[in-house]
Amino acid sequence: MTTPYRTIVRDGLWDNNGVLAMLLGLCPAMAMTTSATNALGMGLATAVVMAASSMLVGMFRNQITQEVRIPVFILVIASMVTLVDLFMNAWMHELYKVLGMFIPLIVSNCLPLARLEAFAGKNSTLPSLVDGLFMGLGFTIALTLIGAVREIVGVGTLFADASLLFGPAFKFMEMRLLPADTGILMMVLPPGGFLALGLLVVGKRMLDVRAGKAIQMGGAHSAA
Amino acid sequence: MKAQRTLRHGLILGTFCLGFGIVLAISDSITVDDIAARAQEDRLNSLSQVIPASIHDNNPVTDTVTMKNDRNKEITVYRARKEGKVTGVAYEIFGSGYAGEMKLMMGVDAQGKILGVRVLAHKETPGLGDKIEVKKGDWILRFTDLSLGNPLPDKWKVKKDGGQFDQFAGATITPRGVVDAIHKGLELFSANKAKMMDIDTSKVATKEAH
Repeated sequence: MTTPYRTIVRDGLWDNNGVLAMLLGLCPAMAMTTSATNALGMGLATAVVMAASSMLVGMFRNQITQEVRIPVFILVIASMVTLVDLFMNAWMHELYKVLGMFIPLIVSNCLPLARLEAFAGKNSTLPSLVDGLFMGLGFTIALTLIGAVREIVGVGTLFADASLLFGPAFKFMEMRLLPADTGILMMVLPPGGFLALGLLVVGKRMLDVRAGKAIQMGGAHSAA
Repeated sequence: MKAQRTLRHGLILGTFCLGFGIVLAISDSITVDDIAARAQEDRLNSLSQVIPASIHDNNPVTDTVTMKNDRNKEITVYRARKEGKVTGVAYEIFGSGYAGEMKLMMGVDAQGKILGVRVLAHKETPGLGDKIEVKKGDWILRFTDLSLGNPLPDKWKVKKDGGQFDQFAGATITPRGVVDAIHKGLELFSANKAKMMDIDTSKVATKEAH
């Protein structure tokens, strides 16, 4: 089975986007999107885990038998998450202080597992790496969009505290778009997550319809 | 042979577990020192916000004693010393917020006056209850210099309950929990002063009146 890299990249970023098309990984997509900065950080950490675990599974796909594939996939994801957790704690401590308690949650995100099952288990190392990476980046884009919508409408800022998360060089990203205390607070609370996600899914489908594409229903129908 | 196949799957799974186990063990041993150093820095950082550098010449992170607080929870008391004498202590205090427990760090000087209070962890509503963070408002700074007798005990409450501390618009439970935690923390200090301050108990004749 060979899929052109162009298709893999397109699928991951837009056509088959993990959150906006497949509606997978909704737990972090709701919990971590109260601000665009948190969403971006969580998305990038997930992308690293996905790229690494997809590559490993692609590499060992001939050794992993059908019967034990699920435990092995989970083992791979859990190990990658633990590695990211350890390395971030040791060497990217500022980022870790913000994301630390959410990193273990990547294990419970079903998007990495879905990609291992649907793609990496059947493809060789390099395409698997590309698929994991771009699915993860698509996830990052979706999370950042949800986070941006919620943050702008909810508190009127965009990428607040980005310099705390990524370093002083990212101070330019911090913006205030609405005057203080004018936001609709509900958008930062849990209901706002569902509203923002719903509207973004609608928006994506409208763009797809306008582009004349058949609406792609989610490849997998289970969601976490 | 079915048994043979089962054995093979077990071996595959076992091999992967062993392999990743080794990788994780190696990574852990590489990072363990750095992680401990970061945790130490974090603690020093939060301590330096509630204990001014001018009152101590020791490292409070390493000069500690553990004790039980009023909820029977083990807490660590960090001591600030100048020329060997304890000039102040810092310890964690806990309050009940709107969404669970809030963890704060409080510094108290030898006379029982608050040197500073900072919120370490909470799950309060963003935009409403999170104004207790020093990053989001200066509310928490008004506790500095207060003590058990200042204000009087019945004023150690939020305004809504007849006390002297402002609540936030739309959030009363959070500040109520913080005020209560600080008050309880001061009581803990006055009741366990000798132990927390490392004063030789045989020489302490009377407990300070308040």
